Amino acid sequence: MSNESESVPDHQSPAAGSSPQETLESVVIRFCGDSGDGMQLTGTQFTNTSAMFGNDIATFPDYPAEIRAPAGTLPGVSGFQVNFASNDIYTPGDTVQVLVAMNPAGLNANVADVDPGGIIIANADAFTSGNLKKAGYASNPLEDGTLSSYRVFPVPISRLCEESLADTGLGAKAIAQAKNMFTLGLVYWLYDRPMDSTIDYLNSYFGKKKNKPELAEMNVKALKAGYYLGETGELFVNRYHVPKAKLASGTYRKISGNEATALGLITASRLANSELVYCSYPITPASDILHTLCFYKHYHVKTLQLEDEIAAMCGAVGAAYAGGIAVTGTSGPGLALKSEALGLAVMAELPVVIVNVQRGGPSTGLPTKTEQADLLQAMWGRNGECPAIVLAARSPSDCFDLAIESIRLAVRYMSPVILLTDGYVANGAEPWQLPIVDQLEPIEINHASEFNYHNDELDGDGNNCYMPYLRDENESRPWAIPGTPKLEHRIGGLEKDALSGNVSYTPDNHEHMVRQRASKVNRVADSLPPTEIQGEQSGDLLIIGWGGTYGSIYSATNKLLQAGHKVGTVHLRYINPLPNDLGDIIKRFKRVAIPELNLGQLSIMIRSKYLVDAVGINKVKGKPFLVAELVEQLSALLPAPTAGSNGVKEPSAGSGKTKSQAAVAK
Amino acid sequence: MTTVELPTYKPKDFASEQEVRWCPGCGDYAILAAVRKVLADMSAPKENYVFVSGIGCSSRFPYYMGTYGLHSIHGRAPALATGIKSTNPDLQVWIVTGDGDGLSIGGNHLLHVIRRNVDVNILLFNNRIYGLTKGQYSPTSERGKKTKSSPFGSIELPMKPIAFALGAGATFVARCTDVNRGGMNHMPAVLKAAAQHKGTSFVEIYQDCNVFNHAAFFYATEKDEAAEHTVYVEHGKPMVFGKARDKGIRMNGMRPEVVSLEHISESDLLFHNEKELTVSQILAQMTHPEHPEPVGVLRNVQKPTYEGQLTFQIDSTIEKFGGEGTIEDLLYSGDTWTVSE
Repeated sequence: MSNESESVPDHQSPAAGSSPQETLESVVIRFCGDSGDGMQLTGTQFTNTSAMFGNDIATFPDYPAEIRAPAGTLPGVSGFQVNFASNDIYTPGDTVQVLVAMNPAGLNANVADVDPGGIIIANADAFTSGNLKKAGYASNPLEDGTLSSYRVFPVPISRLCEESLADTGLGAKAIAQAKNMFTLGLVYWLYDRPMDSTIDYLNSYFGKKKNKPELAEMNVKALKAGYYLGETGELFVNRYHVPKAKLASGTYRKISGNEATALGLITASRLANSELVYCSYPITPASDILHTLCFYKHYHVKTLQLEDEIAAMCGAVGAAYAGGIAVTGTSGPGLALKSEALGLAVMAELPVVIVNVQRGGPSTGLPTKTEQADLLQAMWGRNGECPAIVLAARSPSDCFDLAIESIRLAVRYMSPVILLTDGYVANGAEPWQLPIVDQLEPIEINHASEFNYHNDELDGDGNNCYMPYLRDENESRPWAIPGTPKLEHRIGGLEKDALSGNVSYTPDNHEHMVRQRASKVNRVADSLPPTEIQGEQSGDLLIIGWGGTYGSIYSATNKLLQAGHKVGTVHLRYINPLPNDLGDIIKRFKRVAIPELNLGQLSIMIRSKYLVDAVGINKVKGKPFLVAELVEQLSALLPAPTAGSNGVKEPSAGSGKTKSQAAVAK
Repeated sequence: MTTVELPTYKPKDFASEQEVRWCPGCGDYAILAAVRKVLADMSAPKENYVFVSGIGCSSRFPYYMGTYGLHSIHGRAPALATGIKSTNPDLQVWIVTGDGDGLSIGGNHLLHVIRRNVDVNILLFNNRIYGLTKGQYSPTSERGKKTKSSPFGSIELPMKPIAFALGAGATFVARCTDVNRGGMNHMPAVLKAAAQHKGTSFVEIYQDCNVFNHAAFFYATEKDEAAEHTVYVEHGKPMVFGKARDKGIRMNGMRPEVVSLEHISESDLLFHNEKELTVSQILAQMTHPEHPEPVGVLRNVQKPTYEGQLTFQIDSTIEKFGGEGTIEDLLYSGDTWTVSE
């Protein structure tokens, strides 16, 4: 709710008619500037407004690891890309139609991605000789004609913003920080967006949370000044309008992957009628899960920020032993540190979920960039034969579903579950159709409370003792928690007797237990839903993807289908175990291609398990796949499309198209 | 008026069915017996006890207790215990560790469990050697010690576990010995005080590894030695020691010194004050052979516990919101919008 008494023009107001308006299906805008210029906030606000307006959206925040890299330099450039559309979109876009550059470095780092004829809005005041030099420009690109293939709008944003805020009485530094809102206002006008949602945000954030109403007022003023500049400044010939998308009916909210993971974990703990214990250590890009969870104490969420990654894993193992819904979150280097304690959870057979938000590696690598190179670490990065269940979320909202699924599988199979997401999915946002709460299935937890075994050597008829490693129909073991009378037992990291859990070094028992732990994890495959294939059910090429590359591969597959190619795509969410029907699906295609943001890790798994000569399409630039590069590389593996099959082919319903709700294990 | 039958236990009720497998003559046996006895004397139900350990000889301890137990990985017991106690604050959580497990590989976790004041009891068996890996020097081994991994003598300075615990902000710090052949075994009293303390209790136990570092603490445990080389400290009492109780500790400026009580009265001695950190820190620095080493409760103060505050924040937030959150509220919040056909 806006506190402002002034009316805010929206796209329906008469003022909007002052410039001719063009309707577009989708637009990709990238905001860029120094890491201190507030580009992430600007992009987020544009996204929220577009989502609330009813567009489909997909975002790609791209920022440096340094909090404030030297101002004006290329390494300090922070960007936020948003694709907003009236049709279904699955990626933030390969290229951008509009680049908003707050300084020369931002322009230089991003101009190559702008479509020919695209719009460049630049803060002309920042194109000083010093900034040009820092950005690697010999002359001013706004003036020297090098940008002649674009529509360039140099706007003296700093000066105009200053002038419009001169009467606020605030200092020059505060005023300078409002230029992102000025710019946002200008872009709002250009793309016919309402300002209400951002005004509400500014009033709530600066006015209420920070208790600085003067800053709220200043930023709102800057936003409006930018908007009115568009309206009256006659800078642009046209305005553009992107109508609402035709989304399925329901209630929506905008969600990022990390938020969705957090909400999924809380939801799962409530579905299990238990307490969530989230043990973590700050690490980019996973920290936002911790930041989100720590607000939800009234959901019985306990967040423990522990002393290191190892302690976070151990804390979670302890929490699981004590009967909590135990989760830890991390990124690649943290998963490496957790591996020994993860092995303990495998050995002790305790239900723990490990969320790994993958980033560029190895070592510290690229903390803020995306990559899929932790797959084999999740699979095999532990000492001994040490299997864990591994899932991978394919989109921001899928993180919600798979967070719940991870906990469901962990407690059902008494096993650690590694949930792989990545920086792209974690920070990217999309509209999320909210689930109907009554339709969420409860998670059953039965803590053992009685003896479960008859031992002849002990007194008493019927069951007269507790065997912590007695198997149930899922090959899972009972979960008796401390505080339960008569079931006192000891477990640990030493090899255990197959029934009593007591230490056992017997050769046959060890082999039995190694095979048992593997067999139990493999049992999960029996409960998986049939694998969905997008496109052809058999044909020339099967594309197998996993994780955050879903949107790019989905869009590329559609383009190949539209071109008449006989391709099918399977996007795996269950990585360990792999679905039982995958082998048969592979046999129905002549070739297999596996696009991944690594050097071929899923390829190693698929090639070794199915003895198929899969071709890897691999990229390790810290960036997601572009649809165009996938289409090009996949096309090279395909025969020319047969004549007569070049009609537009829409994927059939239930082919893995829906973004939010895909089937989970039964 | 109804009465509730409280459980009554004997020490053997706290034994497990597993055969104890420490070396014959190991100091661990005496500690195991003492812990079983102390627990039998306490009122908590047996099922509420959890013994957590890392790796090392001492860390086999949970297998020999008839309680819940978790034998974890090297050095990490404090982190596991933090997870356990935070999840269920009703449990009585004991950590059993050693000088290698707790102070070397697990030093970081030990530091932080103490700093957070999680209500757990830590028993650190200090034998100044790595026993299970067969005799390498440990963080508490004295400089110059010849071991398997230091044939020319260790070049490292030993650390003082008590000083470490105090530095981490411990609210309860105590020391005792596995045996006392002088007839003054303080272990039961110390363990009982540790169990009763709300917050982290840190107990250093001098323990004889009779295979790899035999007699390391004989000065503190043997019949004619113990009384001469240790001082049993009690809150509010002067520090008197010696077989004939003829010696005391007096402050000489900033330094504690040993004085004869022949010419000096007890009222001039240093009085123990377990609430005063400076006194505890002075005690932590007293080492053999310059000084008698303190045994007993060196520090005992009350501070909010970690899990207590964790629970309080949850309860008060639920109260603030007028009840627990529902999944509906969780998901259908913030900026939502509705699309209709």
